[in-house]
Amino acid sequence: MEAPVITAPAPVAPIVERCEALLNDLTFETVRQWKENHPGKKAIGWLPVWAPRELILAAGMLPVGVMGASDRLEIVKGDAYYQSYICHLPRSVLELGLNGSLDVLDGVLFPSTCDVIRNLSGMWRILFPQKYVRYVDVPQNPAMSLGGRFFAEDLRAIAAELGEVSGTPVTHESLRAAFAVCNANRRAVHDLYALRVAKPWCVPSAELYLLVRAGALLPVEEHTALIREYMQLAEASAAKPMDMARVTVRGCFCEQPPLDLIRTIERSGCWIMDDDWLIAWRWFKEDLPLEGDPFENMARVFVTDSPACPTMHLAHGVKGAALKAEIKNTGSEGVLFMAPSFCDPALLDQPMIQAAIEKAGIPWSALLYAENTGQFQVIREQAGTFADALKLS
Amino acid sequence: MNTTVMKDRSQERQKRMLADYFKRLAVSRENGWKNVYTFVPGNLTELILSFDLLPVLPEINALQSGMRKKSGAFIQEAEKAGHSEDVCAYVKSDLGMLRGGNIGPTGEPLPSPDLLLLSYTGCFTFMKWFEILREETGAPTLMLHVPFQGEGRVTREMRDYVIRQLKTEVIPALEKLSGKAYDESRLAEMLARSRAMEDDLVHVLESAKRKPSPIDGYFAAVYYIGPIFSAFRGTEDAQHYYRELREEVDARIAQGIGPMTPDGPMPPEKFRLVVEGPPAWTHFNELWRMFHAEGAVIVASTYTKVGGVYDDGFRHDPSDPLGTLADYCLGCYTNRSMQDRVNMIARYVKDYDADGFMINSVKSCNSFSAGQLLILREVERLTGRPGGFFESDLVDPRYFSAANIKNRVESYLQMLDQRRTGGASA
Ligand code: SF4
Ligand code: SF4
Repeated sequence: MEAPVITAPAPVAPIVERCEALLNDLTFETVRQWKENHPGKKAIGWLPVWAPRELILAAGMLPVGVMGASDRLEIVKGDAYYQSYICHLPRSVLELGLNGSLDVLDGVLFPSTCDVIRNLSGMWRILFPQKYVRYVDVPQNPAMSLGGRFFAEDLRAIAAELGEVSGTPVTHESLRAAFAVCNANRRAVHDLYALRVAKPWCVPSAELYLLVRAGALLPVEEHTALIREYMQLAEASAAKPMDMARVTVRGCFCEQPPLDLIRTIERSGCWIMDDDWLIAWRWFKEDLPLEGDPFENMARVFVTDSPACPTMHLAHGVKGAALKAEIKNTGSEGVLFMAPSFCDPALLDQPMIQAAIEKAGIPWSALLYAENTGQFQVIREQAGTFADALKLS
Repeated sequence: MNTTVMKDRSQERQKRMLADYFKRLAVSRENGWKNVYTFVPGNLTELILSFDLLPVLPEINALQSGMRKKSGAFIQEAEKAGHSEDVCAYVKSDLGMLRGGNIGPTGEPLPSPDLLLLSYTGCFTFMKWFEILREETGAPTLMLHVPFQGEGRVTREMRDYVIRQLKTEVIPALEKLSGKAYDESRLAEMLARSRAMEDDLVHVLESAKRKPSPIDGYFAAVYYIGPIFSAFRGTEDAQHYYRELREEVDARIAQGIGPMTPDGPMPPEKFRLVVEGPPAWTHFNELWRMFHAEGAVIVASTYTKVGGVYDDGFRHDPSDPLGTLADYCLGCYTNRSMQDRVNMIARYVKDYDADGFMINSVKSCNSFSAGQLLILREVERLTGRPGGFFESDLVDPRYFSAANIKNRVESYLQMLDQRRTGGASA
């Protein structure tokens, strides 16, 4: 089924335009301006999939998500560091570093997402020796007395280092305040996702993407306010319900899909009811507690409330069960696996999840992309065929 | 060319050890012997053996499948079942083998896993590999998270974390599986043997500092590391193996003999090289020949440190069994920072007086390969010696382009030659 082209309802248009401008801010001018307006303050970048931005905030600095450069940056130097069989994300991140765009950052956190990002942390240290670089090894052993304890200790160490970078030591109080700010932000993003489930025609996925992605550059509170404002306008919009296939998207938790890929999927007749892009902004379902030792609390919530992301080791049966539950909760009819080419976590995990949902009789389709994919005709046809099959089943 | 190569005593012993080992695995079910699947980097062989459990190393099975030209078909089998062309071929080779009846490299059946000890050391793929095996076989996984040396050092917290996991999860799981209590004195005995064999291995590897080198520190050394990186560290057999190997190498030194290759004695040493990256197992001899035929000996390699780095002084310490196992896991090559890897290669180039170094960048392995082009530049900068680069794969024969690689190797060696001549006439 060919769906009509989805255009932004007028009232939200200015917000969406602002977010798209942020997506296109490849020189990190937004961060530069923030620093100009906050003399003496610093900014710390972080890479997908998740990093403790609360710690950056608690040290009085701006957390900046470095999510790659989509198809809007010509890779000149980045390719010289990577063989053809390595995904695209590290190329664009390196390009942004080598072309000076990331000079505005005073440091970068590299989470233990995969071996590519792990090794990029070491490359960064060599290439930018004057900057603060920290590898964040998230706990793969989920027992609180083991992985949780190790993580709490490491979070303490990272907080102390960030305090030194900023000149503002992280205290329990400042960390709790940062928790409150990020809790509110996560709640806003969760609410935005819930609104999309309830009324997908009011929250086109390309808009949702832009809204969440704006959080990579905006101060957290400003981002929260922007989402809330958008939701108010979107809920009141006059967009008409449309009957399209409802799909859940999985696999794009790290290297981001191009915006036009998301648009293409909707234009081929699929409402995206759930996805895993920009997953850091929804990493926890519950709030980080504001009482007690904040480091212990963050570690505890991490080991108990992280999503079933392919970057994590999960107990037997959890990942299939988690996806089935999401499918049910969001009313999805099928799963569209969208993985970046050469992405180990996504592609190694995919056959296991596919087997789990196949057993439950849930249809799926799979495609590959790179953040700089520019041609969508084949994908459009594939997604369209999948949408038709879902409608007929 | 001499193709009838006399086997050394150590080689004969290793052959017998492997044959016995696979035989034991083949009859393990009927004898009620339990096994533990685990990985080479961060393997806890002594601990597993101290419970009389049999270690199984899927990486070794995969590389053996590669050497026996079986991996190509296994990989295609896994890809047909939905596994991506883009991911590590070790996993797909293993999976293809499993689906084809789990017949091991010697043609005997391998037991399905009783426990998947996921020693998560230096490679993300490990985690998914054992999740896949868990899905396929129903065996439970047991995570041992070994933190990566991102900051270029091991902290007290990292070490304590590994020890706590050993004490509270790994040992109880092994006790449960084996029905035996943890016996620290038995473990310490094995660790003492490991220490002795580590001394001998380092002696052998460092013999390549001599000119000419009596060994090849990459192609031949992958055989030397076989027992200590796999199911035999801490065993009496392996201890004898390393003593014999040491004596044989010492005898070669005394006689002034260079390395032995599958095609016979190596021609006179003309180039001394360091190699970074794993070998292409599917074309192992062919790749080796590209070097030895030109008189290029590999004097040191990083691959021979994936299952443990011993030439920087680390030895297993029987007086602190769990602490030393933690130190061992944390120190494996792929668990080290990029800067450490650069420093190690640069040190090898200098200490072994190499003319240069080559990187074999394998498609399968992001752990090794992501960042190797920067390693190339950095080592060149630190040593002032030129680096060379070629691409292949460990066990996926589709990515071994013999003509391209030969061309790369030859051009690189020619360049070294020209520099030398230029340098001599300058
Ligand atoms: S896209 Fe996949 S492989 Fe690439 S950096 Fe991200 S998680 Fe790693
Ligand atoms: S990715 Fe590399 S280290 Fe990991 S299993 Fe594959 S070859 Fe081994």
